Amino acid sequence: MFPFCFEWVWDVGHYLFFGAMWYAVIIISLGMTYCVGKSLVDTLNGKGAGHGDGHH
Amino acid sequence: MDSALIPEGARRCPFPVFAAGIAVASAVLLWGVYAMGLVWIKGLNQTNMNDYYGFALWIWADLAVIAIGGGAFFTGLLRYVFGIDELKHIINLAVVIGVICYSSALLILAIDIGQPLRGWFIFWHANVHSMLTEVAFCLSLYFSVLIIEFIPLVLENRQLDKVPFFHNLGHNMHGIMAVFAATGAFLSCFHQGSLGGVAGVLYGRPFAFREGLLIWPWTFFLFTWSAAAYGPCFTLTVCKIFEGVTRKKLVKDNVVDLLAKISGWMIATYIIAKIIDTIYWAGVTVSDMGFSFMHFYSDNAFYGVWILFTEIVICGIVPAILLTVKRFREDKKLLILAIVLGTIGVCINRWVMVLQVVAVPVMSFDTWALYIPSWQEVATTILPIAYGIIVLSLAYRYLPMFPQEQELYDAK
Repeated sequence: MFPFCFEWVWDVGHYLFFGAMWYAVIIISLGMTYCVGKSLVDTLNGKGAGHGDGHH
Repeated sequence: MDSALIPEGARRCPFPVFAAGIAVASAVLLWGVYAMGLVWIKGLNQTNMNDYYGFALWIWADLAVIAIGGGAFFTGLLRYVFGIDELKHIINLAVVIGVICYSSALLILAIDIGQPLRGWFIFWHANVHSMLTEVAFCLSLYFSVLIIEFIPLVLENRQLDKVPFFHNLGHNMHGIMAVFAATGAFLSCFHQGSLGGVAGVLYGRPFAFREGLLIWPWTFFLFTWSAAAYGPCFTLTVCKIFEGVTRKKLVKDNVVDLLAKISGWMIATYIIAKIIDTIYWAGVTVSDMGFSFMHFYSDNAFYGVWILFTEIVICGIVPAILLTVKRFREDKKLLILAIVLGTIGVCINRWVMVLQVVAVPVMSFDTWALYIPSWQEVATTILPIAYGIIVLSLAYRYLPMFPQEQELYDAK
């Protein structure tokens, strides 16, 4: 799973499998971090209170 | 009693009636949990799996729920990436079904591996030459995507929505949902495909083996295609069951018609590809491997040509015609017949590709290996159905799962 695991080999199989896996993990993590962070900032700025800002 | 949690203006049955329904489903669920406990405590000797059936009822159920849950990724792709706006009225239902199907699939796998405490080995000590490793990666990650798609709906609950942070979070998640939906479609294509690929690379099993493109046998593409084609049929089937149980119209006809039409064309193209694949397999692959076509459909008590006919004609060509021809699609009874046949069709396909594959004799001294699951296997396979009923009931009662419900009620 990680290059420091004893069975890790720098070959095509590992590039493809783990490249795709980490690519998806990073997109999902960054996306959620952005959403949570922006929501915190929005909330601190008073947005969302009273829900007058056109939800969805 | 729970009226403060119910979406504003929505009409729901009294709480005691709801609680009684949940109690009945919970009893079935507990039966499944008991069987699951037996398997985990006593081991896989609780099943009727053997040297022939390393893949059995659970793996069929796993592949079937993943296929019928395919409505979530395909509808999400159409709604968020291709921008088909009408589908926003049914996407919530598709996502809830997806969450149920994929969590059920993961649960079934956790039972099937026998040693669930070692489940993480597939990530940590990954075998990068196995299609099942790809399935495990994509399945787990896609389940996280489905949870992310489900969270905004949960946050729209009347009470949660009053909390400014939750309101903002739901709003912001909606804002970048296309990114998650595209990631989900990428992951789905690969795990759906790899589940088919697992069968297609079995060169020692002529019933399953297929040639293909590069490292992918044709079954890889057929599985992805069929999940995208038949998944929406199951979404529509659940929608119609909801409308029947609640005796209310919940989704407008134009939305149902659009999804049914897309599903119909997908089924039509898929079934053409499936027929070509079957003809090539029967005419070339099978004979090259020294078998005859009827070897796979005779000399046993269950698997006859009827199963191929049912899968391709009754549950493939028929729903394709019914859903692509506007006149048939607009007939409510024919629409329901088509979506139910479609759902059954993809389940039969997965049955054949898991269980018939291992039942067929491949050695000259072999005979057909028929299998009857143990009650523990049956109970743990029924468990996800009870679980699904409970989750869908809770989602319908407390979340705005059908955005057009109020409008349709007012128009009545």
